[in-house]
Amino acid sequence: MNIALVLEQLLNGVQLGVMLFTMASGLTLVFGVMGLINLSHGSLYMMGAFICAYVAGITGSFWIGLLAGALGAGVMGAIIELVVIRRLYDRDHLDQVLATFALILIFSEGTSWIFGASPLWLDMPDLLSGSVSLPGGVTYPLYRLMIIGVGIVIAIGLYLLISRTRIGMRIRAGENDREMIGALGVNISALYTFVFAVGAVLAGLAGSLLGVLQSVQVGMGEPMLILAFVVIVIGGIGSIKGALVGALLVGVVDTLGRIFLPGLFSLVLDNADATSVGSALASMLIYLLMAVVLAVKPKGLFPANA
Amino acid sequence: MRKLTRESWINSSLVLLLALAPLCASLLDEPYYVNLASRVVIIAMAAVGLNLALGFGGLISFGHAAFFGLGGYVAGVAAYHAFDGSYFIGVIPGSDQMPVIWLVAVLVAGLAATFIGVISLRTQGVYFIMITLAFAQMIYYFAISFPTYGGEDGLSIYVRNSLFSLDTSDPLIFFGICFFSLMLSIFVTRRIMGSRFGAALTMARLNDIRLATSGVEPFPIRLTTFVLSAMITSGAGALFADLNGFVSPSMLSWHHSGELMVIVILGGVGRLFGPVAGAVVFVLLETFIGGFTQHWQFFLGLILLSVVLFANGGLIGLLAGRPRHD
Amino acid sequence: MKKFVSAGAFALMAATSMTALPAFAETKVGMITTLSGGGSHLGIDVRDGFMLAIEQSKSDVEVIIRDDARKPELAKSLANEMLQKEKVDILTGIIWSNLAMAVIPEVVRGGTVYLSPNAGPSALAGKLCNENYFNVAWQNNNLHEAMGAYMKKEGLKAPFIVAPNYPAGVDALTGFKSYFGEVEGELFTKLGQTDYAAEIAQIKASKADSVFFFLPGGMGISFMKQYGGAEVGLPVFGPAFSFDEVILGAVGDAAIGVKNTSQWAYDMDNAANVAFVKSFKEKYGRTPTLYASQGFDTANLMLSALAKAAPSDAEAFRAAMKAAEFESVRGAFKFGSNNHPIQNIYIREVVAGADGKPTNKLAGIAIENLQDAYVSECKM
Repeated sequence: MNIALVLEQLLNGVQLGVMLFTMASGLTLVFGVMGLINLSHGSLYMMGAFICAYVAGITGSFWIGLLAGALGAGVMGAIIELVVIRRLYDRDHLDQVLATFALILIFSEGTSWIFGASPLWLDMPDLLSGSVSLPGGVTYPLYRLMIIGVGIVIAIGLYLLISRTRIGMRIRAGENDREMIGALGVNISALYTFVFAVGAVLAGLAGSLLGVLQSVQVGMGEPMLILAFVVIVIGGIGSIKGALVGALLVGVVDTLGRIFLPGLFSLVLDNADATSVGSALASMLIYLLMAVVLAVKPKGLFPANA
Repeated sequence: MRKLTRESWINSSLVLLLALAPLCASLLDEPYYVNLASRVVIIAMAAVGLNLALGFGGLISFGHAAFFGLGGYVAGVAAYHAFDGSYFIGVIPGSDQMPVIWLVAVLVAGLAATFIGVISLRTQGVYFIMITLAFAQMIYYFAISFPTYGGEDGLSIYVRNSLFSLDTSDPLIFFGICFFSLMLSIFVTRRIMGSRFGAALTMARLNDIRLATSGVEPFPIRLTTFVLSAMITSGAGALFADLNGFVSPSMLSWHHSGELMVIVILGGVGRLFGPVAGAVVFVLLETFIGGFTQHWQFFLGLILLSVVLFANGGLIGLLAGRPRHD
Repeated sequence: MKKFVSAGAFALMAATSMTALPAFAETKVGMITTLSGGGSHLGIDVRDGFMLAIEQSKSDVEVIIRDDARKPELAKSLANEMLQKEKVDILTGIIWSNLAMAVIPEVVRGGTVYLSPNAGPSALAGKLCNENYFNVAWQNNNLHEAMGAYMKKEGLKAPFIVAPNYPAGVDALTGFKSYFGEVEGELFTKLGQTDYAAEIAQIKASKADSVFFFLPGGMGISFMKQYGGAEVGLPVFGPAFSFDEVILGAVGDAAIGVKNTSQWAYDMDNAANVAFVKSFKEKYGRTPTLYASQGFDTANLMLSALAKAAPSDAEAFRAAMKAAEFESVRGAFKFGSNNHPIQNIYIREVVAGADGKPTNKLAGIAIENLQDAYVSECKM
């Protein structure tokens, strides 16, 4: 167990965390501003990946695909906001859960109807294939490094959007007092559509970026959705900062747990048992983390509106 | 107590229909429909359990599949050990007697719910939704990777567990057992909600500060409700395992939690018979649209979406109008 | 004597002109398979292969097809529907082992014949084997065992082996090790995991000389893509499940050079297979996968038995099934005593095809006449 390997695994954790943040920030923004639980966020992620793969397949350019994936998911998000989601803001969480659960079914089956049951092909652009050497003796895939970079840019961009722009001011106002901002003459429904579309663009971007590393198939959004929920709950729902910290925490804990728990158990158990017990515990680890965080801080690490 | 409202008319016809349909099917020698009815009834019972927490208590649990699955696994594990004469963790013998299994299933789920509840009920709203989901996921992954009881392959129950001298393998008799259990769980829910405890629970849902100022702590009330709710769902899980002759981790999956919620909402949240209506419609939809098209989940989604957008209050609400206490 | 001959000739004639025998017209077959959701391309291929054979036979066997959406409870309920309402004579179609374990034991104990076109969980080959259960694909461990044998034969010393942490994954690694011996390292991943960066880093840091993995469906696609991107440089081996033609289409060039074990390859040179691949491509416009070949074989095995006996004559029908006198697209096919195949497992190599897209090429035999490891546990 050398230092370079630990560093590399840490980097892997950060990379997973950064992508989770991209997913989770949209989710947490939508909840913070509109008070909506959106289970179909994972479907937007999937749409992003499918559109990206499809367009990249036609044009032969990953970059056009990436753009199409992010924008396509954004357009899709805006459409479902206009048609379905805006009827749910005044409803309780239960109705929101049911309606967005129904959207998952529609999106998943609709996608396999249109694109067929086979996973789509989406490959890395040549520009970003290969690895780079980092200080500390780590060689790391360039593409994953780029993902980390994109995540950082998104985090900074969101920070600037929310704290420095007029729209950001309205978003913050909306988080604090929904009626008041409407009364002040802000076009609240346009604001909501915008926020929802931004979340969708981020989900589509995450889907397109990870589609390169994953299987672009129906149902790919659900594991990400559950992880993103774990992230925002740990971080404090509605808080972008919380989503960032939560995402990094989940990414690192999950990655390191998967690798080091079986080894840890082999100190006390024989090899086969250690592998199975360790792996079983590793797959439960982030949920354990979430339960512990909520047991100590029932509103997450960074409660919004505190 | 009071004169029959439209809702109670609907409820009675629903129950009558549910009881008569399998009888007819049995007379026509169509055991498939009897088993389908048992499936509806068991899922309805699981949803009745969830409805107690979700509808009457306002506790939106996204992890009730955990209790459903726990009940199932108690039945499966008990039958497994009874079948080969071995012992659970080396000391506890198996059993193929339903009453014993039910008791254990209800107790195990009660214990689990107490533990989960004590932690989860400190949180509220979305946090509660998500922490219950987290606990269910933990149990799900444990079940998948724990090899003794089959892991993801699940565990088969080769001979249906027995209840006194009844022939439980007869579809109609088994339906009778399930139907009785469902009615019992609805009756229990009704008694709870009609009691002082129920009044306190309603108050805790609507305004817990007011409840606290009248000297009643909301926390123990909520915890008790959560535990009772888990127990009912777990009993349904034990029956479900016997109906299918096997248990598997998919009973514990978050999809299943979602489906239970869908059933409650479809039928009508906080309506005594809402879960029954929801289960009837959901299972029939799943069974019959599945026969028409490979893309049946797409249409299921559309139907669910229309119900939530346009039929607020679920099916019972649609038929019976708004409840009087709202 | 002459009378006997003509009776025999009549039976033969009846057997060859398929519609003539009443066994076909009255036979109802139920197919429960996965047509929606993740992993549905397996079910779709099994169905298409199966229906192609039925169509080519010009028989009027009735096939009822239902989608289980990969849910065990739904599969169970559909099995009830098939048996109790539709009253099918033969059941088939299930893709996944956990669904198979939910459905099959009760079905075959009830006296209905079940033909497995894909799943082969160990219990059904061993302790729970049944005279009414026929596996036309493989026992789950077969392809992994064959790869273990092959890699040993090829002189590899220290493979790193990976599988998801669930029964089929544990069986896969056990099966591999039973033919290979000690390995350099092994890792269990989470079922449904999508990111393998951490596992790949462990492999890279180890002293392994090769990688064997069993990650079915989307998990395998994710792993291969990420493995390709990480420039590990070790040769990769696996069962065909992660390298069927559909999955290769999604993995792309990252899969080139990978060797995988399969009981069938589309470029196998036997008459039945050449005809099958040609007609499948014509009808569906795509290259068949091993799942399609299994569906096709399952239907042909069933038809061969139906030509000899009706399912209502259980004893004779089972004997006809067990004889397995049909033209399998994988060449020779016979059943062991537990009704699981004894068959050659082949090595395929992923190469760049004529159109530049990766495709499988038959590269030799991994192990001959492989029988599953559980046959001795089967008391039938």
